[in-house]
Amino acid sequence: MLEKKPIILLLLATAVILVGTIVTMVAPFKWINDPKLQLAGVKPYTPLQLEGRDIYIREGCNNCHTQTVRPLLADVERYGEYSKVGEFVHDQPFLWGSRRTGPDLARIGGKYPNAWHYRHMEDPQSMVPRSNMPKYAFLKKQLDSRLTEKKMKALGFPYTHADLAALQGKTEMDAMVAYMQKLGNDIPWRKASQVTVTGDMKNPYQDDKTVIQEGKALYDKECAQCHGADLKGGVGPALADIDKPDAEVFKSIYAGIESGGMPAYGESLGKDRVWKLTTFIKYHQGK
Amino acid sequence: MNQQEGYADDVVKGFITWSMVWGLVAVLVGVLVSLQLAWPQLNLPPYLTYGRLRPIHTNAGIFGWGIGSFMAFFFYITQRLTRTPLWSPGLARFQLYLFNVVIALAAVTLALGMNRSKEYAELEWPVALLVVVLWVIFAVNIIMTIVKRKEEQMYISLWYILATLVGVAVLYLVNNAGIPVSLTKSYSAYAGANDANVQWWYGHNAVAMVLTTPPLAIFYYFLPKSTGVPIYSHRMGVIAFWSLIFMYLWTGAHHLLWTPVPDWVQTLAMAFSIMLIAPSWGAVFNGYFSMNGQWHQMRENYLVKFLIFGITFYGLQTLQGPSQAVRTFSAFIHYTDWVPGHVHMGTLGWVSLVLFAAIYYTVPRLYNTEIYSVKLVNLHFWLAVIGQLIFSITMWIAGVQQATMLHATNPDGSLHYSFMETLIELYPYWHGRALGGIIYLASMVIFLYNIIKTANGGRLASAPERA
Ligand code: HEC
Ligand code: HEC
Ligand code: HEM
Ligand code: HEM
Repeated sequence: MLEKKPIILLLLATAVILVGTIVTMVAPFKWINDPKLQLAGVKPYTPLQLEGRDIYIREGCNNCHTQTVRPLLADVERYGEYSKVGEFVHDQPFLWGSRRTGPDLARIGGKYPNAWHYRHMEDPQSMVPRSNMPKYAFLKKQLDSRLTEKKMKALGFPYTHADLAALQGKTEMDAMVAYMQKLGNDIPWRKASQVTVTGDMKNPYQDDKTVIQEGKALYDKECAQCHGADLKGGVGPALADIDKPDAEVFKSIYAGIESGGMPAYGESLGKDRVWKLTTFIKYHQGK
Repeated sequence: MNQQEGYADDVVKGFITWSMVWGLVAVLVGVLVSLQLAWPQLNLPPYLTYGRLRPIHTNAGIFGWGIGSFMAFFFYITQRLTRTPLWSPGLARFQLYLFNVVIALAAVTLALGMNRSKEYAELEWPVALLVVVLWVIFAVNIIMTIVKRKEEQMYISLWYILATLVGVAVLYLVNNAGIPVSLTKSYSAYAGANDANVQWWYGHNAVAMVLTTPPLAIFYYFLPKSTGVPIYSHRMGVIAFWSLIFMYLWTGAHHLLWTPVPDWVQTLAMAFSIMLIAPSWGAVFNGYFSMNGQWHQMRENYLVKFLIFGITFYGLQTLQGPSQAVRTFSAFIHYTDWVPGHVHMGTLGWVSLVLFAAIYYTVPRLYNTEIYSVKLVNLHFWLAVIGQLIFSITMWIAGVQQATMLHATNPDGSLHYSFMETLIELYPYWHGRALGGIIYLASMVIFLYNIIKTANGGRLASAPERA
């Protein structure tokens, strides 16, 4: 019978499409907007961060980077605390992405010092030789802030005229780095997961030359970008002349130095490899 | 013969031509982005970086090649199934101009970085508004033709066409809602997890309403036309139709498994994805059973070869898709190269093979001639299938390998590989994928050459008669 009634067929098809739409697309608004899921510490973007976010969208960084950490061991250990609904309430649009050609960025804020980001954005391969991230040196140009106030108003974010005035003289790169450093830092997860080093603090490889090779390989891959290929320093301090006890060097690497921009490697490398790194660094002492 | 019926076929020719042009662009840019992943030096900032080119690739593929040729064949099929000339050929000609303006604008604005960032809904609001105008005039023209039809019965293809027209309209309008701040910048009307859920309700149903129902309409029309025997079961087609358009809308959140959208939405999506196997395979079986006693045509009739390989890839796609929608498997392959492997079996295998068949069928008829070279058709076929298989298979292996490495742990519970250690291993696969892409590109060039020669041959052959 429907074979002969196109308009009825059209209306019926629309109704059929709307069932699933209402249940799985319209109804969830109520769940997601539940006030119980709001997180107190989550702040809207400042004008500079918002401009950075808009540049992130313009450059399509979301085609290679996701911004949501799943509650899975591999995600949490690699990127940090898993993502919560309440953390995204100011994200219009959301930027979770669908493909991790590069690492997740949901918790990138505070992982690296600003200087690392400037160098990495300008020339990723200079920090991570086999990266396939494009070079974004062209972002070192004057930030266009003519629309900023209108954008803040459209999204209903608070701002002061001092905030807007502070945009003068900023580059697009400054905005991008400000945005990167904001990501994932509204909840105090870094402090919460701050690893405490327990157990025997004696280097099992003390003066064991056989692990130097492995230590060096690890160093070249993970550390050289900040401490220099020759341990003479860069974004991070020189390590060549470090004269601290093994246990203290171990601790710096294992737990990181959050205030100073030294990432923690305990979760991703494990104790054994951190001791090997320590041995390699101490071996270099004075050379 | 077509002229006698008064069918508006010039506009069909126009859409076929331009969709092939945009299809070539999509494949060219696809090859370029695949090379950029393998050799990042090929990024040319600021306009031609991977981040800006990837959306140009997907938009040229889905909207230029996909929608463009669907417009051609919806016009072609609707007129013939209703035995009625197009309601307004003038409007259709305007639609062709507007279509090309929109796709060209899309490419230019995306290269300039005007991008809403939501996948397959990237276009900024002025361009999106033109898309809406385009769709409305298209829908009105088709619906009016159907309303005024001379053939009372509506064949199953027309059902899929009607569903596509409303489905795309609803999806596009809701997901494109935004807050403009200037002509070139707007923000999504939804925030955070809401925005994500709306986006993937849209995103997955773009797969349903653009990459599934239109090629099915085309498949159901051209398979019987090519084999000369009717479709196996109209009834099965009807049941599959209603269950397909009912179930698809529940599954968007399978793109959001393990993210902060509510768990029950994810669970529903997983369940409905698995149920979708039934209506999807309804179409596959309908295709296969229509071949009863006709399998010899696979050797003799190249149209059948394209269509049956196409529906086979659709069948594989709709088994693989549901498996990806299972939480445990998603935890593994989500975000990896596995997914582009899935995507391109669908776009290069299913959608494109069916479109190639439809173009090979219609062009000689529209230009009143024979195909220029059957040898080249067969060469095109094999290169396309081989190129696509190289692409998909390398990506599945790459995806599984990277997933395994990302999840590997040491005895003390720490991770065994850093992110970069897993990425370095992908380069050989990315080289392989680029090779597959280049083979596919070669097949496209052969296809275009053959079609141009056919159309030109037709023009020359009929010229003296007109004089
Ligand atoms: C072609 C894909 C690609 C694009 C596009 C891309 N990146 Fe990356 N990105 C990577 C890869 C791969 C890495 C890991 C290697 C490295 O650090 O360079 C990375 C690393 C990063 C990191 C360091 C992450 C970490 O935890 O070490 C940041 C920050 C970053 N990218 C920001 C951006 C921004 C901002 C943009 C857009 C302007 C962008 N990326 C565009 C691929 C990409
Ligand atoms: C993103 C850049 C960066 C990376 C990568 C990095 N570091 Fe650091 N590191 C720093 C900075 C910055 C400091 C200084 C922190 C402070 O003292 O305020 C530091 C401090 C240290 C210290 C303490 C130095 C001292 O004088 O006490 C050690 C040891 C160290 N890093 C070792 C490593 C090792 C080993 C790796 C590789 C596994 C590594 N770092 C990777 C930036 C980095
Ligand atoms: C042989 C030619 C092609 C090549 C080499 C190619 C290459 C690529 C590459 C490298 C990506 C990015 C994958 C990633 O994010 O890691 C991609 C994505 C995509 N391509 Fe293609 N492509 C081709 C043809 C097509 C065609 C014809 C279509 C559409 C009809 C298409 C649709 C898409 C879509 C929808 C995506 C996004 C996938 C996702 O988000 O996971 N591609 N393609
Ligand atoms: C029963 C049918 C199908 C189901 C249940 C299904 C399921 C899925 C799932 C779960 C994903 C997400 C993978 C991930 O990111 O982890 C996906 C991605 C995708 N599928 Fe399918 N699929 C089906 C059929 C198809 C068909 C026929 C096509 C046609 C080309 C297709 C095209 C795509 C595209 C383009 C994406 C990538 C989206 C993106 O991330 O940008 N799928 N599919």
